[in-house]
Amino acid sequence: MSRTLVALALALLPLAGLSARQQAGAAQLNLIPVQGNVHMISGAGVNITVHVGKYGVLLVDTPAPAASTNVMEQVRTLSKLPIRWLINTSSSPAHVGGNASLLEVASGRGGAGAPFGFVGLGRPSIVAHENVLNRLSSPPPGTAAATPDSLPTTTYFQPTMDFSNGEAIVLYHQPAAHTDSDSLVLFRSSDVISAGSILTPGRYPTIDLARGGSVNGLVSALTTILALAVPEGFASGGTLIVPGYGRICEESDVAEFRDMVVIIRDRVQDLIKKGMTWEQIRTSRPSRDYDAEYGASPADAERFVESIYRSLTQGPRGRS
Amino acid sequence: MTRAARTLAWASLLIAAAAPSAAQEIDFSGSWVPVYHEDGPERLPGPELADYLGLPINDAARLRADSYDADRISAVSEYQCRQHAADYGNRGLANMRITTDYDPAGQRMSTIHTRINFHDAERTIHLDGRPHPSADAPHSWSGFSTATWMGNMLRVRTTHLKAYYIRRNGVPASDRRTLTEYWVRHGDLLTIVSIIDDPVFLTERLVRSQSWTLDAGQRLGSNWCDYAAELPLGEGVVPHWLPGTNPYLKEFSEWYGIPFEATRGGAETMYPEYRDKLKQTFSTLDRCGRYCTCFNANAGCNLR
Repeated sequence: MSRTLVALALALLPLAGLSARQQAGAAQLNLIPVQGNVHMISGAGVNITVHVGKYGVLLVDTPAPAASTNVMEQVRTLSKLPIRWLINTSSSPAHVGGNASLLEVASGRGGAGAPFGFVGLGRPSIVAHENVLNRLSSPPPGTAAATPDSLPTTTYFQPTMDFSNGEAIVLYHQPAAHTDSDSLVLFRSSDVISAGSILTPGRYPTIDLARGGSVNGLVSALTTILALAVPEGFASGGTLIVPGYGRICEESDVAEFRDMVVIIRDRVQDLIKKGMTWEQIRTSRPSRDYDAEYGASPADAERFVESIYRSLTQGPRGRS
Repeated sequence: MTRAARTLAWASLLIAAAAPSAAQEIDFSGSWVPVYHEDGPERLPGPELADYLGLPINDAARLRADSYDADRISAVSEYQCRQHAADYGNRGLANMRITTDYDPAGQRMSTIHTRINFHDAERTIHLDGRPHPSADAPHSWSGFSTATWMGNMLRVRTTHLKAYYIRRNGVPASDRRTLTEYWVRHGDLLTIVSIIDDPVFLTERLVRSQSWTLDAGQRLGSNWCDYAAELPLGEGVVPHWLPGTNPYLKEFSEWYGIPFEATRGGAETMYPEYRDKLKQTFSTLDRCGRYCTCFNANAGCNLR
């Protein structure tokens, strides 16, 4: 490919992103009751978890900016209470990219998020693990820093954080999974876990090495979901899990997904032990029996396998 | 006639045979005992490892099944206590009770409920024309079923099934598959023709049938199940065979004298013409070594 074509392709990349965001704005949104006080909105980029509680509305992850208005319209069919909290389950753009626009739509004006749970300013607070704030403040080389109005205003750095919106809500930090700043969000009475991009049924997960993700951390995070979730009986019902993308899951669905990651990781590890190079591993297609189920394209499958290979040979590039 | 068309031919015959012009409502209510004359060794003692005969599977399904290690059920407790998925439940320990609801005003059949003995598996089949849920809704072992009458035959369509298996030796079934059933009652005999479409693992539709006889005296028990870690392998360990390392793949071929290539399955192995191909390499064993007397009354089950 000539340099001109490469330059043209690079120049068009932002437009491609814009197009995707526009599509998210125009796409059909699905508002699906999960259980208890929790709903899920899909079709706006990442899945958005909506919790309607005693003190207001809490959203887990934010939509693509162009979809913010439509998402808020959906939320308003559930409750007129103020939006009190936005939780970001990771630092990746798909999860935080809509912070500023949703904040503006929710409050009717721009500005940064409010202090934790403080609605007097008419704006929600943005809650996340501290690594989200760190990552957004000093992003990987070549990517722009986030604007101040999209930064978390309440962060935690312990293994867990809890608060109440009429029912207990617990955040569990997962140190090196999809990124190094992932949180699982448990709604204890509703018996729902919002998993962010740790769980993406029907598509391979993204292990974002540049943001501190790792394959072993991903397995550990998925195993944590299995430990938190309790089926009602016969491996069915009970705890429901809202994934970053795709359909609502039960515990056994998470087991299938976790086992897919483990099996492909084990295969890649075995090939590394045999002394194979990345090119040889790529050619052997160790994920080939999972690609039709999880890979939208051969490139998706290769990206996933390569992230496992890099994770096993180079380790995560996390901050802690 | 194409193979796919031929695969459905006998289901179509059933449709034609059972089709008066106006829809009727056949009452399937009652207690039904399965008849295991079809695929007996697969359905009762269980299939041999690496027996993929007669399954229209693709390479991905074959490798998944080759990688399957039954220890996974012992090590991953989330796999324990699973009910059979709706498309497998009819083939397992399938003593079944069927009950029916009617809408109060019109007295038309509105819902059919089934309960299978194994792990208390219950299904609800809606006949009121409701739509299937969003693709993002949760999946379940029973899936979401709606039905319409085709003459005196019931056509049931099921979506939202969880990932499971189509044969109990690890041949996978994806959560994108759909199940189409045709329920036919002839007096005290119930036959359900099941058709599985799985875009992930099947190259053609998988058509199977199961039959039951009415048994008014049948009594179903409750079949509770508790989880128990059986193998202390450590958190996050998932037993499986790496590609090319499963040592048991040729047992089935050797025990039954069937060419190894045939045991690997694929659409070709579903059709009668495949027998002609097999004759070139198949040699009858000197003596029966496995499942020789399983289905003879009082003879026990002569496992190797």
